Amino acid sequence: MVDVPLGVAGVPPAEVEDVELYHPKSWVTHYVFSQDAKIIAVQYSVTALSIGLVALMLSWLMRLQLAFPGALSFIDADAYYQLITMHGMMMVVYVLTALFLGGFGNYLIPLMLGARDMVFPYANMLSFWFYLLAVVVLFASFAVPGGPTGAGWTLYPPQSITAGTPGLAWGIVMMLVSLMIFIVGFTMGGLNYVVTVLQGRTRGMTLMRMPLTVWGIFTASVMALLAFPALFVGAVMMLFDRLLGTSFFMPEIIEQGARLPYGGGSPILFQHLFWFFGHPEVYIVALPAFGIVSDLISVHARRNIFGYRMMVWAIVAIGALSFVVWAHHMYVSGMNPYFGFFFATTTLIIAIPTAIKVYNWVLTLWRGDIHLTTPMLFALAFIVTFVNGGLTGLFLGNVVVDVPLSDTMFVVAHFHMVMGVAPILVIFGAIYHWYPKVTGRLLSVPLGQFHFWVTFLGAYLIFFPMHYLGLMGVPRRYYEMGETAIYPPSAHDLNIFITVMALLVGAAQLAFVFNLIWSLRHGRGAGGNPWRACSLEWQTSATPPPHGNFGKELPIVYRWAYDYNVPGAPEDFIPQNQPPLAGEIASRAP
Amino acid sequence: MTIVVAFLVLVIGIAAWWLSTQRIMSKPWLEIGVIDEPPGAGPPAAAKIGLCVFLAVAGVLFALSISAYSMRLQAADWWPLPAPRLLWFNTGLLILASATLEWTKAQSRHASLDGVRFGLVGAGVFTLAFVVGQLVVWRELVEEGYFLASNPANAFFYLMTGLHGLHVMGGLVALARVTLRAFSADEVGVERGKLRLGVELCAIYWHFLLVVWLVLFALIAGWAGDFFEICRQALS
Repeated sequence: MVDVPLGVAGVPPAEVEDVELYHPKSWVTHYVFSQDAKIIAVQYSVTALSIGLVALMLSWLMRLQLAFPGALSFIDADAYYQLITMHGMMMVVYVLTALFLGGFGNYLIPLMLGARDMVFPYANMLSFWFYLLAVVVLFASFAVPGGPTGAGWTLYPPQSITAGTPGLAWGIVMMLVSLMIFIVGFTMGGLNYVVTVLQGRTRGMTLMRMPLTVWGIFTASVMALLAFPALFVGAVMMLFDRLLGTSFFMPEIIEQGARLPYGGGSPILFQHLFWFFGHPEVYIVALPAFGIVSDLISVHARRNIFGYRMMVWAIVAIGALSFVVWAHHMYVSGMNPYFGFFFATTTLIIAIPTAIKVYNWVLTLWRGDIHLTTPMLFALAFIVTFVNGGLTGLFLGNVVVDVPLSDTMFVVAHFHMVMGVAPILVIFGAIYHWYPKVTGRLLSVPLGQFHFWVTFLGAYLIFFPMHYLGLMGVPRRYYEMGETAIYPPSAHDLNIFITVMALLVGAAQLAFVFNLIWSLRHGRGAGGNPWRACSLEWQTSATPPPHGNFGKELPIVYRWAYDYNVPGAPEDFIPQNQPPLAGEIASRAP
Repeated sequence: MTIVVAFLVLVIGIAAWWLSTQRIMSKPWLEIGVIDEPPGAGPPAAAKIGLCVFLAVAGVLFALSISAYSMRLQAADWWPLPAPRLLWFNTGLLILASATLEWTKAQSRHASLDGVRFGLVGAGVFTLAFVVGQLVVWRELVEEGYFLASNPANAFFYLMTGLHGLHVMGGLVALARVTLRAFSADEVGVERGKLRLGVELCAIYWHFLLVVWLVLFALIAGWAGDFFEICRQALS
């Protein structure tokens, strides 16, 4: 039974109160200090992608050192740790989080929900400038005496703030301050994303009619708002330890015969705080990717998403569960075995909603009219990659399997597959999909296909052998294997192979960058709805969408976002703002 | 970490209850036509939802500090510092500020602009006095030799009162803006709705600050130690 008041065509668009729109008056307030979510989204995305390129180059340097130890004279052990730390922190926080929530969130939430803008445009603008300030502070740490911190992206005390770790003087302080600025900035943005979903939807857009992209970004924003404070508290306490001599995390330490002024602090406390943020962070990156992939698959397979309700519930369930699994990063910290058992159980339970999502993607494809466009290729590659990375997650989630694999290359391979390669494939897919809306032009297809195949196959050639290295016992975070006889020569050969592949895949990204810039002027005109998609961002009055997103009147939503190939419909898709067709209401009755 | 997990369970519970009112069992693929929101006053103002979400964020921040505090409390080298008597007086000031804002809210409903102005200024004065009082407490403690770095108990005391103080000062900025609005509004201007909302938001935020302070004060005064002990025995 459906007890929905059925509307008729021609319902007045009223009810949605006319928001006072901020109107830019000069070039500067339009493009630089802009309060328009679409401009802010582009600012976020360009900044994050640029940092991504820097992080990519840092990884090249690491790979060169691993394959040809000593070939680059400026990479010593200290420099290697600094490279690891900066690469990890940049990718996790400043690229992936910022791009998914700040970039895609800002662009897609108002457009997909039929809103004119975010609810607090001023805070939204501040959010970006705080982010940029955080980035500047982070990069400035390359220039300070002693260089950036080399504490590893987990920043575990006591090593992160004791002598011997590079960047002790300035680097670690800059890193912590940068993170704190980022968190303050993100909180302003995150409040916007959440409140816009709660309050800014247009008439008829119920929660259960939102595209899954919005569900993913919304849930991830809520999680980020609740998880980042843990990193904030940890950063403040460590800053106190480092600058003011408190002992939140610092135990009594004897250093070269001398007793340090610290005493009584608990390093484990930091691990708890860090991973209370760190694990949800994995899903903060994954959930928007899940949502975006669902939409890409549905559009490019011309089929409604299979099990929409289950998809929504799974997103929410994953979001809630991810807060009670953090200690699975700490199996080797000497915790009570019962805790380990508890956290192993919760970790494996997350596999259930995740598997539901994978089944639903596959069932959406089943008998679909699959168009192998560039975004679709990336979406399909994501499913495969995510399943691969998820399977090794089952290994590492079990305490007894994790303990021998802990701190080996196996872990590096696992998390790069699951939260490195997989979300980045989605980012690429999403950019190929929405670039026509942002710029009005399509990205070049041949370049896109080249980019896809090199990136997809190359990523596997990089990270699959790494699992094998890990099983052999090759440790992570070592800047060279040295004269250790326990590794066969094949391990060294494999390292060289991985490095060559990493260089190739990295270089292929230039094709993507070139494509982005070249298509801006020379791309084929896209029209308003090149993929013939149902959701509201494709139904704007103009492309690129003008200030205020929609024309004089906001759209009214009559249906969900997945009406593809509806029997009897004149076209193979029905936009969300299309009033009921003749006879449609009767034919849908259960 | 039990405390922060408990707080999160509360937040997730509220979210789940709210979701359950949002027709999450519906079958959107069968529903054609405009679905209006459930009858009622419509969604609350964006600023109000925003504040509530922010309170959840700030709540996690304090719950995490308290979690860390309770983990650290068990170590042997923990010498609690004395709770200065002035803290009682400060607590009273914050209660007064919170109560004044509640009264101001009632005044704004009765459309008494003078009452609103009087209440806002009063709450501001009480809150400023609270901040000054906290600073005096810090000075007293430093003069008696309870330095930040000399014991973990001191470090936690300064950290938590400092975090709370920063949130109070952020609130004062918002209160100042609402007060300015109150003094520039005329009797029947369009601004009245905005003013009423501002007063209400301030009142909500001040109640939150008060509750957080009462919990922190209980921890500092040492009553919570017994409470943690009981919990630990019940769990083990």
